This record gives sequence, structure tokens and C-alpha cells, in this order.
Amino acid sequence: MRDQVEGSHAIARAVVRCRPQVVCAYPISPQTHIVEALAAAVRTGELAPCEFVNVESEFAALSVAIGASAAGSRAYTATSSQGLLFMAEALYNAAGLGLPIVMTVANRALGAPINIWNDHSDSMSQRDSGWVQLYAASNQHAADLHLLAFRLAEELSVPVMVCVDGFVLTHAFEAVDLPDAARVDRFLPAFRPRQVLDPEHPVSIGAMVGPDAFTEVRYLAHTTALRATDRIPALAAELASVLGRPVPAPLHPYRLAGAETVVVALGSVLGTVQDTVDELRQGGRKVGALGLTAFRPFPAAALRQALTGATRVVVLERAFTPGVGGIVTADLRAALADLDVSARTVVAGLGGRAVTRDSLRRVLTAAHEDALAPLTFLDLRRDLVASAERGA
Amino acid sequence: MAYPDVRQTADRTAGNRLLPLRQRAVQADPDRPGTLASGHRACQGCGEALGARWVLDAAMRATGGRLVTVNATGCLEVFTTPYPETAWRVAWLHSLFGNAPAVASGVAAALRAQGRTDIRVVGQGGDGGTVDIGFGTLSGMFERDDDVLYVCYDNEAYMNTGVQRSGATPPAARTSTTPALGPAPGNPFGQGKDVPRIAMAHEVPYVATATVADPRDLERKVFRAMAFRGARYLHVLVPCPLGWGAAPHDTIHLARLAVQTGLFPLFEAEAGEVVAVTRLPGPKVPVAEYLRRQRRYAHLFAEPPRTDVIAAVQAIADRNIARYGLEVVPDA
Repeated sequence: MRDQVEGSHAIARAVVRCRPQVVCAYPISPQTHIVEALAAAVRTGELAPCEFVNVESEFAALSVAIGASAAGSRAYTATSSQGLLFMAEALYNAAGLGLPIVMTVANRALGAPINIWNDHSDSMSQRDSGWVQLYAASNQHAADLHLLAFRLAEELSVPVMVCVDGFVLTHAFEAVDLPDAARVDRFLPAFRPRQVLDPEHPVSIGAMVGPDAFTEVRYLAHTTALRATDRIPALAAELASVLGRPVPAPLHPYRLAGAETVVVALGSVLGTVQDTVDELRQGGRKVGALGLTAFRPFPAAALRQALTGATRVVVLERAFTPGVGGIVTADLRAALADLDVSARTVVAGLGGRAVTRDSLRRVLTAAHEDALAPLTFLDLRRDLVASAERGA
Repeated sequence: MAYPDVRQTADRTAGNRLLPLRQRAVQADPDRPGTLASGHRACQGCGEALGARWVLDAAMRATGGRLVTVNATGCLEVFTTPYPETAWRVAWLHSLFGNAPAVASGVAAALRAQGRTDIRVVGQGGDGGTVDIGFGTLSGMFERDDDVLYVCYDNEAYMNTGVQRSGATPPAARTSTTPALGPAPGNPFGQGKDVPRIAMAHEVPYVATATVADPRDLERKVFRAMAFRGARYLHVLVPCPLGWGAAPHDTIHLARLAVQTGLFPLFEAEAGEVVAVTRLPGPKVPVAEYLRRQRRYAHLFAEPPRTDVIAAVQAIADRNIARYGLEVVPDA
């Protein structure tokens, strides 16, 4: 049923359809509306049986999810920004223990300076935690990716975060088609944990592993990630057939046919990118776009295939690594190492700055004419940095 | 299951093996659960290994074996589970150092959602994991009144990392980060946390203190704790030969002296109120008797002896004795 709903509520409703048994959360903007809606769903009995646990920190939120998942319950939480960092220790732990927790990250900048608006600094900072990272381009995409996330997590015993642009998506009202419970049940079977805390069959989970086996445990994390790379397109296709609409993953190609310049982007900015591509195509420039739904694991082979015909790639990034530049760009360059494709990084939309079509048109035109610097900070206000740069 | 009404005379043994089975302490029963199996890698004389086995055997007995355990990082975790070995004969989960109470809450929430409230949850950790790094999650578990018994095995410092000072380290004790150097050697006075009383301030259903010197008292308190639903807290003093600089064969003796001096008061509290205390078995033992057996206090007995510091420790014991009414009032 198509409904005009806020993004957070679309996500919450999708999560309700996935029937988690334990939901725990600590409030942080812009994640709050998601967990408020889930708290209401538990209180009204719409989501039952389910325990909603109000915890005292994000570290506790993920820790409760860890305990719940190890005890055999489907567990869900959501966070953002500083909250994700406060979870960091538990993020690696959940992944190491192979617990299929699903978490929404309402993407938000990291302080200092404190800033509540959208960019991808938070989830990018946890890219090596062992969690699958899926980035939603729209609220429909966000809702659908949660179904995929639970299925993928439980198939492979790996935690999955669904990254949704804070405010831009979480607080935006859009028409979203929410599948009925029967369809979700067809796609998402009941949770069968790989191992569980059961007094009848006691196991020790979380032992100390020394140099004799630690490499092997880490190697298996790598092979699990590689299996996820294979399963994401298969599950996306299966989900698409159940829902009767495309679920773009791990990539989201747009007008790639004959494209010489391709913009690679993650998250909601893809809409603006697609509009800009349309405009540039009308002007005769062979430009296309490629959304990256899956960032972890990195879909290197699929990317290489999708970008084989391109001459240059512009990676639009909502986070960066100081002194180096693009985070996604580095992975992309490694994936395309044997292709004759140049890559440029455009850092854009930090801390909620709007990424406008005008600005995009300008940098993409420059890129298309091979006149774009390797690293560009989009719409950088020189007047604000000039004195500090002089001082340095 | 109720704790047997044991009427043994000897309080210094695991149990009187001449008693009928039904009246024996859990540890004196040949069919005791053996939740923490032998062969683990704890030091000789480890109070924590003893405490954990007694607590979990009692909890297993009280729940008919329907138990899940969540363990904080620390000695107990390290010495019991060097992969691929495990000493645990109970469903056991270790996640992190500072989150055992929250993980235990998660297990309890899952069991509630699954309709398996017959399975009970015990969280456990050392004093570092409990009073310091895990304190926030412990307080959260308390205030939500989650159905978890959390047990702190308190050996009064970070022993696993090499005897550094924790929030439970007593005044004057030498640790590797409160060395016996300078004009005020050892741990400063006036710092630290009394977590049993903080637990009481949360008005959780049940709080108790115990030591490894009296296994029947410890077992009885575990049984009592398991009779309640909601958040419960058990604080067990477990001497550490390595960290305290004491002989391994003195572990039980030191735990008993800690009680007999008044330095470690034994009490039970329900819903925030003290409901029972264990009176001193005789005249209070001067704290010097307890301190001089531990090298962590050796600087107090050097030349010249720090009688001022010993007197300050004695004042702490005296305050405990007065606060909890630990002295037996002589018959008039």
C-alpha cells in the first residue's frame, strides 16, 4: 500500500514487518522518530512479541542487542553520529561474534564542531568494523533495504547497518509502498540462529583467541564478507520479485549506456545527481550516474563491470579522510586499477550543506572537460578559510 | 528451589559431608553442578575462581539448571576460556569489558520475548568491570529493574592487567598505579565507590554482600537473590594472592579477617533497606591484623610504621561497624 509518510516512519513500519523480538534504543537526532514509532508499535501490540528496551547509552543499546541476538532473538537498534562512535567497541564485537543485528544509521556529521545535519562521516568511520553497510537513495529504498538487511544478516550471521541520510530522508515525507506482512514473511523466514545461549545445550560464546587461531577467525570474517558480496545482488533480485519493483543493490546504475563521465555517489544525493545527469545529457554531454548501495562489502567486481566503458569517474563523497581525500575513491581506484579510468573526488554536502544541481552541473562539466582537480571541496567558502590558511 | 536449612556448626568448610544430602550445602553435595570445571588457568589461591564456582553452582541449583551467564572481560573470562578450551558447563557469553550488565539485560529481554522466563540470567565481572568501566550499564540495568542477578567478584584492583588501582581499591593499598611512594603512599583516602549502597539507592529488589570465607552464607544469598524477579546485586569479596601480596593459602583467612575487622560488612537489603546484617562473631579484630598479612600494605609496617594511616583504616572499619550495627551487644 502506498502511503505518504515520513522516512523514519516508513523505516519503522518496515522494521515492524520484520518482527524483531528486541528493539533497544538511545535517542539521538535524527534517529529519534524511528525508535519513537517502534516504541508506539510495541505499546499498541502491533509489534508483538517484542521487548522495547530504553537504554542509558548507545553503547548499552548495541550491547542489549548483542545479548538479545546471542539468546536467539531478532534484534534491532538505530543510532546516528556520536552515538555510532559511542558504540564503536560493541560494533566490532557484534561483528566478531557473528550476530545478525540490524541497525539503522541516520547519517549525521561528527563533531567537533558539533553539527546535527547530514553527512556520512559517522558510518564511514566504522567501515572496517565488519558490518555490512547499505546506503539508501530514497525512503522507498530505505524501507526495502531493511527487509534485505535482516535476510542477509541472518543468512550469513553478520550484522548489517542500513545508512539513511539524516533529515534529508528521515524527516522527508514521500510516497512509500510498504509491503504487507505476508509478502515480507515470504522473503524473510523466522530467525534461526547459528548458535544460541541455551541451557539445554550450553555453549561458550566469546572465548579468548590467541595467535594460534586469531588470523583464521579474521580470515573467515573476510570470506563471510565476500559471500555477502555474492548474496546482495541475488537477494535484491529476489526481493524485487516479491515486491514487484526494483530494489537497486549493490549498485544503482543510471544512464550508463555510452557514458564517458560517471558520477559515483552514495545515499540521497543520487536523486539530484540523476537530475543533473539528465540535464547534462540534454546538453549533449555523455554523463551517467552509479549509485553505490553496498559500500561494505565493496562490490569491486560489479563496479569494474559497470564502469568498463567509462573514461572518468567523479566520486561524490559526504565524508573524507583529512590529509588524504576521498574514502570511497580509494576503494574505487583499487577496484579499477587495471582499467584506464581516471577518478576525481568531490567532497560535498558536509554537515548538511545542500548539494545543488547548479554546483553539481559546474563540477561535472569541468570533470567532463578534464578540467577538475583530483580533490574538490564543493562550494567551499574561501572567505571563511582565508585568514586561517594565511595564518598557517 | 529453596536453600536447604543447613544447621552445620562448622562455618569454615564447604559443607558437612555427614549430613543427609538434602541438608548439605551445594558445594558439599557430590552431585554439585560443577559449573566452573577444574583445569582452568586461575592462579593458585584465586578467590574469584572459588567465588564464581560457588555462586554459579548455587544459581544452577536454584534454577534447576535453567541459567545463562554473561561475563565481563577480566581474569575470570581469560582464565576460563582460552580457545579452544572452556571451563564453563553453563551457557556463557562474553562480549566486552564494560557492557556485561547491558548484554545480560539483552539476554533477559530476549528470553521474555520468547516466553522463556523460566531461564534466568546471571551477569558477572570483576570490580573493574563493575564499579568502573561497566558502571553506567550496571546502573541502567538497575534502574530498568531488568531480571538479572549481577555478581561482582571484588578483588579490589585490576588484577588481570597487572594490579592497577580501581574504584574499589581500598585506601592505603599499594597498586601498580598507586605505588607506595611519596608522603601519602598507596591509594588515596576519600575516593572510591561503595557499589552495594549505590545499588540500594536504585531500590532494586535485592542487594547482598558476601565473601569466599563463608560458602553457605554465599550460597544462601544466591538462592535468596534468585527468589526475586528484577535487578539484583551480589558483591563478593574475593582475595587475590597476586594483587594483595598474600599467600595463596591465606585467601579464605583474609576474606574472614575482612569481615571480622568490619572492613567488609556483610548485609542484605531489599528494596533499598537493609534487612539483615551478619554480626561480628566476637570482638572486632584490629585492622592491623588484616593489613599486615598483605604486602600491598607493607609500607604501613615499615620503619617508622604509619600508625596514623592504620588508624585511619581502623576508623573506616569502626564506621562500618556502627553503620550496620555489626557488634554483638553483650548480655546485660
